[in-house]
Amino acid sequence: MNTQVTIAGVTFKNPVMTASGTFGSGMEYSEFVDLNKLGAVVTKGVANVPWPGNPTPRVAETHGGMLNAIGLQNPGIDVFIERDIPFLRQFDTGIIVNVCGKTVEDYIEVVEKLGDQPVDMLEINVSCPNVKEGAIAFGQKADALFHITQEIKKHAKQPVIMKLSPNVTDITEMAKAAEAAGADALSLINTITGMKIDVHKRRFVLANKTGGLSGPAIKPVAVRMVYQVANAVKVPIIGMGGIANYEDAIEFMLAGATGVAVGAMNFVNPYATEEIVKGMKDYLERYQIDDIKSLIGAVRE
Amino acid sequence: MKKKELATVISQNTLAPDIYDMWLETSLAKDAKPGQFVAVYPRDGATLLPRPISICQVNQEKTALRLVYRKAGKGTAEFSAYEAGQKVALLGVLGNGFPLEAGRGKKVLLMGGGIGVPPILQLAKELEADTTTVLGYRNRDLFLAEDFKKVTNLVVATEDGSVGTKGNVLDAVRENGLQADVIMACGPMPMLRAIKAFAAEHHMKAYISLEERMACGVGACLGCVTKTKEVDHHSHVHNARICTDGPVFDAEDVEI
Repeated sequence: MNTQVTIAGVTFKNPVMTASGTFGSGMEYSEFVDLNKLGAVVTKGVANVPWPGNPTPRVAETHGGMLNAIGLQNPGIDVFIERDIPFLRQFDTGIIVNVCGKTVEDYIEVVEKLGDQPVDMLEINVSCPNVKEGAIAFGQKADALFHITQEIKKHAKQPVIMKLSPNVTDITEMAKAAEAAGADALSLINTITGMKIDVHKRRFVLANKTGGLSGPAIKPVAVRMVYQVANAVKVPIIGMGGIANYEDAIEFMLAGATGVAVGAMNFVNPYATEEIVKGMKDYLERYQIDDIKSLIGAVRE
Repeated sequence: MKKKELATVISQNTLAPDIYDMWLETSLAKDAKPGQFVAVYPRDGATLLPRPISICQVNQEKTALRLVYRKAGKGTAEFSAYEAGQKVALLGVLGNGFPLEAGRGKKVLLMGGGIGVPPILQLAKELEADTTTVLGYRNRDLFLAEDFKKVTNLVVATEDGSVGTKGNVLDAVRENGLQADVIMACGPMPMLRAIKAFAAEHHMKAYISLEERMACGVGACLGCVTKTKEVDHHSHVHNARICTDGPVFDAEDVEI
């Protein structure tokens, strides 16, 4: 029984990954989960210099989901290379580094510094809805996405995943632009921009007013978008958005994802990733499926 | 070692309007220290995130935790209906707790305001110090006051003046001429800000327990940060994580 999947020439022991921003660099959750069991750890977005992020409150619960407006707080690439990569290297798991920036030059600086580092892939965050400059501005217009993807591809030593925003009219247009510019893979979806108002205080709950919605509440939107994108491009997809259990993970694969990432549900069940790996194996056995890859895009009309 | 596990409700009582007192049997009690907290998961699948609740008391055998909490929203409303024998999922134990060594053998003022009162109880029990505890309440619903009287000198302030000093905890400190080497406190942000200023003015050390909306509770999501005076060792910016670097901070180190 094979659980391995290959994305842009990189083989992962199984499709289960962590969604950027929900798992730090794995340190905190390594108390709960054996990182060796995961396909890959996708790290929290890192920029060329430390970012302080947004004021608090940064998180709010919503029905079946949550809003966050962390604002990509991160310690900067130099600390990340010195501290976080060596930590992850202790484990037999894939390392995918999520990269953020305010300008094209910011992204390129990080990508270049990662060039000689032992990381498997880069995930480019052009879809964070909580940062005013850069970031999302690159991810909501097809020509801007094409341009930044092309620039990053010129400098990247590792295969490049472009992480797509769902906050667009037609996500397939964005996917096609990234593919045409040379993206090796796509990940989707980032969070959906939302808002919550406290009616008793008559105030916004988040200091940032808006935040990114994640959790089971967004899963049907994410599955639909993965399906649409899988039918629009040839590059592999890492699917995410509200994955809580192995059934959700299988659903994303049937919709067309090669990899699957667990995000907000880590907060609800810190053992979720490892349990999903186990659940997917049991599923393969139950249905006598020899190769997990045969599930990719295998939904029947 | 942090873990998520099912605890069993031993008892639940009401101490005052909307203030509940729940004892839970859990292995997490073994390692619990004053000022630490547990995250309690609602069962309703629509309320995803665990609620951080401070540890009010640990039983002698270290097999049970007492949580005293205010019913403030959907999650705590669900908890308040739990009865003996029911299972409840906990993540814990979380946070750093109060620095007991910083108070050992000293004159220590413990202060709790509102729903910041509960975590001070276990602290008053464990601290090997000459303690006076000042508790601030809205009115004559002095929840937990009897428990405090057994372990510390108790001074009370009420907002409506029905018991003790009319005003807040610092009004009671001034009215009673209370002095100490160290303050340890938990309560609403305006109270903690006032204590930070008071301690600075009187050249006292103050350790304050902060609160913020949390998601993961274990330091991964960076939701619950507080501004720090110096660049934080972990974040490399002026932000520390309340759930893991706190919730208790040296008041001098945080910009609140």
